[in-house]
Amino acid sequence: MAKNNINEIVNKYRNAGWIPEPEAKNIFKMKNLNVPDFKWAKTSDEAVKYASKKYPVAAKVVSPDILHKSDVGGVVVGIDSDEQMKQVFDDFSKLKGFDGVHIEEMVEGIELIIGAKIDHQFGPVVLMGIGGTSVEIYQDVAMRMAPLREKDVISMVDSLKGQKILKGYRGSDPINMRELTTLLINFSNLIIELQDDIESIDLNPVMCSAKDCVIADARIMLNTK
Amino acid sequence: MNLDKIFNAKTMAVIGVSLTNDSHPANVIYNKNRYRYPLTVYPVNPKGGTIKGEYLYKNVADIPDTIDLAVIAARAEFVPDILQSCIDKKVGGAIIVSGGFAESDNEDIQQRIVEMAKKADFPFIGPNCLGIFSPGKIDTLFLPAERLIQPMHGNIAFISQSGGVMVDQMVKFKGQGIGVSTGISIGNKAMLKEIDLLEYLAKDPDTKVIVFYIEGFGKNEGRAFVEAVNKCPKPVIVIKGGRSSQGSHAASSHTASMAGDHRVFSEVMKQYGILEATNGLELSSYCEALSSYPKGISGKLGIITVSGGHGVLSVDYASDLGLNIPPLSASTKELIKQNLSPSVKAIASLENPVDLTGSAVDDDFLNAARVLIKSNEVDCILLLILPYSPGVSIELGAKMSNVCLSSGMPLLAYVPNEERYRMLIEGFELNQVPVSASIEGTVLMAKALIGEKNGEK
Repeated sequence: MAKNNINEIVNKYRNAGWIPEPEAKNIFKMKNLNVPDFKWAKTSDEAVKYASKKYPVAAKVVSPDILHKSDVGGVVVGIDSDEQMKQVFDDFSKLKGFDGVHIEEMVEGIELIIGAKIDHQFGPVVLMGIGGTSVEIYQDVAMRMAPLREKDVISMVDSLKGQKILKGYRGSDPINMRELTTLLINFSNLIIELQDDIESIDLNPVMCSAKDCVIADARIMLNTK
Repeated sequence: MNLDKIFNAKTMAVIGVSLTNDSHPANVIYNKNRYRYPLTVYPVNPKGGTIKGEYLYKNVADIPDTIDLAVIAARAEFVPDILQSCIDKKVGGAIIVSGGFAESDNEDIQQRIVEMAKKADFPFIGPNCLGIFSPGKIDTLFLPAERLIQPMHGNIAFISQSGGVMVDQMVKFKGQGIGVSTGISIGNKAMLKEIDLLEYLAKDPDTKVIVFYIEGFGKNEGRAFVEAVNKCPKPVIVIKGGRSSQGSHAASSHTASMAGDHRVFSEVMKQYGILEATNGLELSSYCEALSSYPKGISGKLGIITVSGGHGVLSVDYASDLGLNIPPLSASTKELIKQNLSPSVKAIASLENPVDLTGSAVDDDFLNAARVLIKSNEVDCILLLILPYSPGVSIELGAKMSNVCLSSGMPLLAYVPNEERYRMLIEGFELNQVPVSASIEGTVLMAKALIGEKNGEK
């Protein structure tokens, strides 16, 4: 059942080359990967109705023409009133190819990146490391061939220069390793399943805390060949 | 596929031997195997005639003997017919030395010979390769024997995509005292690839450690390779050429941008417990250590040194590599102290490293090692010897080796590589204890031994 739905989503966006965030998160939900509660609102009323129960929320533009949402002002976080929500919807609706707003609960934690790539020599490969917008500057990441085993997750964490950030630093709680392990292993299995369809995936950031690990943003690039 | 006939050939046909040019690759191969190796060698050339008093066969079909291995050094366009004649004669396998195939954009002819061979289940190495070299057994390198420096027979197998790297490494192994079971240049690896040779060498009783020089894998071939290594009970070392090349297309995601070809390669090697050597010192150190000992230590080093400075340098480098130099317990230190000679007792530093000073004599080293072995506080001993020290005898190598070998604990030694200290060094090496000429090399040898026991990577 889940497999069919995933195929449907993949096929729908194959020509576009990538899957928009709400649909990517639908795929992850089907595979029991943690995503924030979200709504793909097509109208301002829908947006306000959903957001009013959840403030503060994050809003991100959905558009087939906008891959890098924050580059065009398509991401607003910390929205906490109906008025602001309406304003954000209105602003986003002027962006190119506007197809609604992805609204979700704010999640907190340490920003990790989890990614996948179909490597020419090694096939599906999973990446994990310190995330955020400067991820490519520090490149503090580990990579392993999928599917991951539990010991792979442990060695990935141990190989990060910033591992102390994950293990509790200056009084902060360590992240929930069990949740991270489950997320990475399930994600790696999903990548194996989708290896013929995808080119790469960025989950950046994944918010990890002592409680859980939640995929806050997701980009699935499809194999267009 | 059965590669036994290729590697244990008793009879060889060399195809392409020239009547007029004795430095033709086929002639070099024919001459060296005929005169220097325990094989029966038959020369083949369609013109026929005689060479050096031997009958020159027009075709392998004419040879009145079964042929284990055909070495083909004729022009590419003749190779398909020659290959067919080998298949028809039921030759055991071939090495195709000739170039002019995929590397020269002649994909078609390469594809043709692969299809022929696959259909007939006929194994071949190459084309565009140097073939195989096994000390005392066989040598298909078309390099004149008098030019080559041969390593001694040993237990390291070296498989290389580049013939030049393979030959050069053989010369280096000779200088480092590293013995080789087989060197294999696989060239275009049209049919037999790394993974086929890995599977063969995993069962080869002469080979203990398998080294690969790899420039690149085909689609998903890297995955198949590491999965095969994972099943191989012998340690595998890789050297990757082409580390600087990155995925050339502009990446659309952070992951694709960061996961360049070499980065992924290195990380996957790490994941599967495959040692990647990034320079010559790492390669020789890994080879020497794994040639003597199986993997299986956790990396708790006990260091015994003549010089405090050498101890410090070894700790620095070991820490850089993530190795552990655990502090010794009070009781262990006390036990070491009890057995020291009186002049050393007063000045030795019994932390880890155990600095026995330049006053130490052989028995001090032996006793300290015995205590460390029994302590269960370390799982590998590094011995840093300066032979300038007057109390160090030339017999220390053999004596120390015996102490450690009977305990089963790996011993790794540093001794300066000078002719004057040869007997001391051989005292170690002839007892299978590896010696490095540098502190860094000694520490790298320890790193190579870290891991779970063979077969449970």
